[in-house]
Amino acid sequence: MMSAKTEKRLLDVKGLTVEIETRRGPAVVVDGIDLHVDKGETLGVVGESGCGKSLTMLSLMRLLPNKIRVAKGKARFDGRDLQTMSNRELRKVRGGDIGFVFQDPMTSLNPVMRIGDQLAEPLIYLRGMSRKQARARAVELLRLVGIPGSEERIQAYPHELSGGMRQRVMIAIGLACEPKLLIADEPTTALDVTIQAQIVDLVKGLREKLGMSVVWITHDLALIAGLVDRVVVLYAGTVVEDAPVDELYANPQHPYTRGLLASIPKLSDAPASRLNSIGGTPPEPGRRPEGCPFAPRCPLAMDICRTHVPKLEPISAAGSHRAACFAVEKAREAA
Amino acid sequence: MGAQPLLKIENLVKHFHVRLGAFGERAATVHALDDVSLDILEGETLSLVGESGCGKSTTGFTILNLHRATSGKVVYKGQDLTALDEKRMRPFRRDLQIVFQDPYSTLNPRMTVGEAIGEPIFFHKLATKAELEKKVTALLTDVGLPPRFASRYPHELSGGQRQRVVIARALACQPKFIVCDEAISALDVSIQAQIINLLLDLQEKYGLTYLFIAHDLAVVRHISTRVGVMYLGRLAELASRDALFETPLHPYTKALLSAVPETDPAHERSRKRQILEGDVPSPLAPPAGCRFHTRCPIAMEVCRRVVPKWKEARPGHLVACHAVNGE
Repeated sequence: MMSAKTEKRLLDVKGLTVEIETRRGPAVVVDGIDLHVDKGETLGVVGESGCGKSLTMLSLMRLLPNKIRVAKGKARFDGRDLQTMSNRELRKVRGGDIGFVFQDPMTSLNPVMRIGDQLAEPLIYLRGMSRKQARARAVELLRLVGIPGSEERIQAYPHELSGGMRQRVMIAIGLACEPKLLIADEPTTALDVTIQAQIVDLVKGLREKLGMSVVWITHDLALIAGLVDRVVVLYAGTVVEDAPVDELYANPQHPYTRGLLASIPKLSDAPASRLNSIGGTPPEPGRRPEGCPFAPRCPLAMDICRTHVPKLEPISAAGSHRAACFAVEKAREAA
Repeated sequence: MGAQPLLKIENLVKHFHVRLGAFGERAATVHALDDVSLDILEGETLSLVGESGCGKSTTGFTILNLHRATSGKVVYKGQDLTALDEKRMRPFRRDLQIVFQDPYSTLNPRMTVGEAIGEPIFFHKLATKAELEKKVTALLTDVGLPPRFASRYPHELSGGQRQRVVIARALACQPKFIVCDEAISALDVSIQAQIINLLLDLQEKYGLTYLFIAHDLAVVRHISTRVGVMYLGRLAELASRDALFETPLHPYTKALLSAVPETDPAHERSRKRQILEGDVPSPLAPPAGCRFHTRCPIAMEVCRRVVPKWKEARPGHLVACHAVNGE
């Protein structure tokens, strides 16, 4: 039974800690994150800017910028250890078994390279295709992501495309080698709602067609509601809640998740002029408070929250819904 | 409501002349704003929504004479602002302020918060040097910042705090009207709600009128009195908030509303979105007739040829659409 369970896991991250080097010494930005993605599952990773959601994913691929490094933790992908893998092996995983879609297609695409060549690159280097084969596949990929006139479009340079089209090209590159896992880091943040809806539908369709797992990193809880199976909520470099999507929206437990959901205005709600908000601001990296990082903004904070860090504990019988909060724990014990 | 118009915008047009090609050999015109007419009523929050490049920010800039209008009028206190040069515009600038999207680039990094807020007061000679400090303190308190922030520099502040400083600076010369140009778009969700609430509190306290330029329709629904929808430089629809969100008339408004995601997983999985095909056409060569006809699900023959009239379809509900107006 144990082996059946581990086989289901595509990505398994345990206790990942990332530090930034500063003049005052190392500052922890990702603090012991545990997360996993099952085969065929779509995971939403939600958090505000600076919560460490992008760094977590970049560190898996050892793509961290200078002065930022992994201090602790394990990451296994498809049964292999990503941390001890040689650079040579890792290069085959990057863009091969794990596809990436970054936030800003303008800075992630090479401006002086035709998009057809950028699409063909991983196919030639990682899949050993000939130029001709790769080119045919590039045309196919552009068609797959809904770019009309793809035979001519492979000749285009990034600046000749609109923002939505560029993001589609990014997705096509991410999908080029038919990855087992697609990591999409805020892929629609820079786009208009109409284009955003197109991209979300596109990824939904492709996921089913290709049977891949997806990690969708975002700050927008509304955007991923209809897209993901499970959501992990990050705050100041820690996982504060992890739950199946329906459970999270219907029954949020952590006060941060609750505050976040309450501060998002809904179209379907009766308009009330004032919005619910969470007071204060997230802590800066390196100036994290002792105890629970959310305690200074938390309406339920108790004495223990300011001295001890709560662990991510199961709060449902099935164990699929977990939260890191002393107040939630206390309420459960009382019930 | 019976509120008086604070600003009357009549047939406003803004074209930008650009040079294209590697050597700038081709002249072209960007039709950023074409024939926009609307009144902004005293004390209201009028929101403008639409996709990027639809001209909503250009409208804000042109109203404030930060872009010189190509033609048309902006009437404030009986004066056409578009006719004024920068010097004669100055007394009006006191009343008409703007808050931009990016609080990082709109504050001078070498000026302290106190200097930034004090500058417009000094410039418009609204206080003596001795009173200045007291004024700055009062403004900081107004936007929910402790007075000690006056000696801080922008880089010491978070995004939300910076946006509060920018709002304090806009308030410094006791304006009547503030253009909020995507003022909350760059902020995190939990901070966004704080800033929106601050803007609403200040509006109540000082009787401000807002032109709120945004792309987040859910936010707009909660704070607006009236909402205008723009597409490729033209107004498509303008109505009271409830009319626009509950009974939208223009097919573009309907498509825009249908694209907004909601925090309800079951609803999101099951609902059929009315997805707009393709992208917004280039404002360099906008389509003839109705500019939306290339993406419109109900486009007719006439839409390709004739520009639809800007007509009142219901009381206070204006729309530019052949299908709705039955022309």
